[in-house]
Amino acid sequence: MGEITQAFAVAGAMILGLDPKLVEIVLLSLRVSLTAALIASVIGLPLGAAIAVSRFPGRRALIVVLNALMGLPPVVVGLVVYLLLSRAGPLGELGILFTPSAMVVAQTILIFPIVAALSRQVVEDAWQEYREQLRSLGAGPLASAVTLLQDARFSLVTIVLAGFGRAAAEVGAVIIVGGNIDGVTRVMTTAIALETSKGDLPLALGLGVILISLVLALNAGAYWIKEAAQRRYG
Amino acid sequence: MLPLTLDQVSFAVNGRTLIERVSVEVGAGPRTIILGPNGAGKSVLMRLCHGLLSPTSGSILWRGTNTGRQRQAMVFQRPVMLRRSALANVTYALKLAAIAPRERELRAQDVLEAVGLSHLAERPARMLSGGEQQRVALARAWALNPEVLFLDEPTANLDPGAVRDIESIIAQIHASGTKIIMTTHNLGQARRLADEILFLYQGRLAERAAVERFFRQPASPEAASFLREEMP
Repeated sequence: MGEITQAFAVAGAMILGLDPKLVEIVLLSLRVSLTAALIASVIGLPLGAAIAVSRFPGRRALIVVLNALMGLPPVVVGLVVYLLLSRAGPLGELGILFTPSAMVVAQTILIFPIVAALSRQVVEDAWQEYREQLRSLGAGPLASAVTLLQDARFSLVTIVLAGFGRAAAEVGAVIIVGGNIDGVTRVMTTAIALETSKGDLPLALGLGVILISLVLALNAGAYWIKEAAQRRYG
Repeated sequence: MLPLTLDQVSFAVNGRTLIERVSVEVGAGPRTIILGPNGAGKSVLMRLCHGLLSPTSGSILWRGTNTGRQRQAMVFQRPVMLRRSALANVTYALKLAAIAPRERELRAQDVLEAVGLSHLAERPARMLSGGEQQRVALARAWALNPEVLFLDEPTANLDPGAVRDIESIIAQIHASGTKIIMTTHNLGQARRLADEILFLYQGRLAERAAVERFFRQPASPEAASFLREEMP
């Protein structure tokens, strides 16, 4: 028990003292996961909106697959990206395996279905309400999709943050394609896994506290944005 | 683009016939009110005319052609306001109608003024009251300067004060030369606003008559019994 208390104390000191090693790991985590969330949103939001407003053969199947992909196991994504990027793989020439770029690729693949599937749902709900009005005003599918994305923007922020949270918290994919190399590809989750197995609890705990705080702050932020928008725009 | 000609128009969903062989010609000028009990098919008929639905059989022609999508607008029972200002809701419609940016703003200001909402132009539209939202919807439709304006029970969910506002705006739009085609199940409103009545009953056009004649001496038994039941 005393050991754990002591670990907490050291962790607290590291956070408050902005321990350089801790800061480096946190910054890399943020960089990788924010980039992944950005790319996933740039692809996922328009795709979700497009599926929401259009009708085509195989649409239902696509939605089912997209929804199912939300539950992709990170280790499997890591494995697949590893195979693609490994020297013998089809994208091996890029030479990005065990770099932050590979981690961005893996996390983007992991959270893109989340962004696309959830935004499809949100935009389609709005579409039910807006469809006749927009058609009456002469909006085609493209104009409708843009308008709906714009009008649902505050719900979409929540979705993007959910995607980012998922990326920042996963360990399976980044540990495989990043390799947890100290100073290069070590992020919060992989560091926690390693330090715990090594028995270095303070750093693991410190990172754990930061990770949980980050997730809490994200959710609080998302909630606050939606609330404020609701009050402002109805 | 008027007259609007419906020839043997039927509309069915899942084997249920909602509109049955309606033939009618509606010309420019008089305000046409589509009257009938709930479930008579008024809204469906209006959506068919506006082009939101396609008839199962029969044809709908604008001045003899089927290319009449332009220059008509519609106001719905529940106004759909975009999450932006009242003014931006109007300019949005003008943008879709390919009006030049500078003119959009001017026209939007004008119509908001005409519906008495200039002072609320910058407010988020969804934060306005139901009556104000419906006025924005009217302004949005009017700004398009339509030749025909369809109104589907535009006052159904509003309090009496708001109903008066809406009715007076509809009168103004009519006076500005736009053909009004409107549904209602409210006899008082039909009497106040109509020049002619199309009486719809169970998906069929039971009667068409000038408003005084319709209320004084309805020709069809359906209309007669509807009037008896609805009159106090």
